[in-house]
Amino acid sequence: MLFRDLQIAFRQRAEIMLPVIFFVVVVSLFPLAISPDPDVLRSIGPGVIWVAALLSILLSLQSLFRSDFNDGSMEQILLSPYPGSLLMLARIVAQWCVTGLPLIIISPLLGLLLHLETHVNWILFISLLLGVPYLNMVGAIGVALTIGLRQAGALLSLLVLPLYVPVLIFGSNAVISAANDLPYNGQLLWLAALLVMATTLSPFVISSALRVSCSYR
Amino acid sequence: MSEQNKTWLWFHRMGSPAYFYNFAGLLLPWCVIATVILMLIGLIGGLVYAPADYQQGEGFRIIYVHVPSAWMSMFVYMVMAINGAIFLIWHIKLSDIIARSSAVIGASFTFLALATGSIWGKPMWGTWWVWDARLTSELLLLFLYLGYIGLRAAIDDRRVAGKAASILALVGVINIPIIHYSVVWWNTLHQPASISKFDNPSIHIDMLIPLLCMALAFKLFYLCILLINSRSELLEQEKRTQWVKELVTSS
Amino acid sequence: MMEFLHMGGYAGYIWSSYGIVMVVLLLNLFFSWRRHQTVLRRLKQLHSSGNNES
Repeated sequence: MLFRDLQIAFRQRAEIMLPVIFFVVVVSLFPLAISPDPDVLRSIGPGVIWVAALLSILLSLQSLFRSDFNDGSMEQILLSPYPGSLLMLARIVAQWCVTGLPLIIISPLLGLLLHLETHVNWILFISLLLGVPYLNMVGAIGVALTIGLRQAGALLSLLVLPLYVPVLIFGSNAVISAANDLPYNGQLLWLAALLVMATTLSPFVISSALRVSCSYR
Repeated sequence: MSEQNKTWLWFHRMGSPAYFYNFAGLLLPWCVIATVILMLIGLIGGLVYAPADYQQGEGFRIIYVHVPSAWMSMFVYMVMAINGAIFLIWHIKLSDIIARSSAVIGASFTFLALATGSIWGKPMWGTWWVWDARLTSELLLLFLYLGYIGLRAAIDDRRVAGKAASILALVGVINIPIIHYSVVWWNTLHQPASISKFDNPSIHIDMLIPLLCMALAFKLFYLCILLINSRSELLEQEKRTQWVKELVTSS
Repeated sequence: MMEFLHMGGYAGYIWSSYGIVMVVLLLNLFFSWRRHQTVLRRLKQLHSSGNNES
């Protein structure tokens, strides 16, 4: 199942590129909007990259589940003998590979653009590595609840953004602390803990929510 | 009949829509009266009798509406989440009705906590808004409420809307402690030297009693709204049944 | 009395916050009550027209 998803995803290359391009563009807007001064960029850099990553993931969520839902195969998937939660986990991992992973990989490059020092860049990479999957999973919960609704996009953002706040706070702060030579392990531990929580709980929630949404059609 | 059996029977009867409708209707006037009385006591106690705070002067009196609003905003969300769980697990329709009836008033309390907090902030700390832990948490809670209301509104089918909203409420309730902790933590980073801005100085008993009265009054007000709303929702849900038919045609 | 209303200079803040609280709570009450009346009225129409047909 996982491989099938990955195969399909890689065929739609535009969908992979879109979140990454969005990510890069948004980050590039900030020097233009605020100031290209390296000190300024260094101080806002972690926050900017984190918020941009968050928005990119939000953008990419729209395509999750959608094609399956529209052509009815979602119900077939949920009826299959395999536990729905495992299938969902596979689906999300595929989604993350396509949308989250590219962002994580390209983030050090953006860190360079914003004049972040090397060790700070490294922490940025790790924080995103821990945090982005959480964003994917919790975002998937939002998608599962709003799929098939008319204004799904706006409602999805409203539902999901408050839930993103803890990861944003800890993730961004880990990098900022690293930049200021303050301890950052606590923040990273929090990110890891949230990730574990999301990984264990979200598949169940997502499959329940999808069942509810399917019954609505 | 033993005490246990009586309680169980009462619970069982509550599940019956007609019984609940009548029970709520009987309870409502008493609730209203109690709310008004407690609100008057609280208001008079808070505005007149409570001594002025030596640090904040008369301005601190806003606490008598700010704190109860904040407490209620969380309390109502808990009620919504718990009823959501009951609805998902045991499919008791009354639970969904209670959750549905509480959403707007809960969001209102959250809004009031934000508004009164903001107004309180201006004379105290000079700005209309301050990103302190409590206000920021309330703001995020408001988003959670609005998302809940939006989700319910977007789904036309009552039962499906109820299930989806219940899932959302449960996800929210798990996240609220996490969100709150992260916001508090974030806040302490940026204001290392201060105590939480909304911390009350050592609270005098004269100050405490009106606060508790107002808190209780707000709770009773919520109960009034809940009773009225759930009766409306119940009628909507059961509109084709015999008891509703008799009820509306006889009046 | 005037001193009470003046609230040691904080009058604007205190009365506006209490005011907004009262307004929002009363609006909630009003809309809830109105909804109840509307539902009753609508159901009455629904059922009495049904009775006329049967």
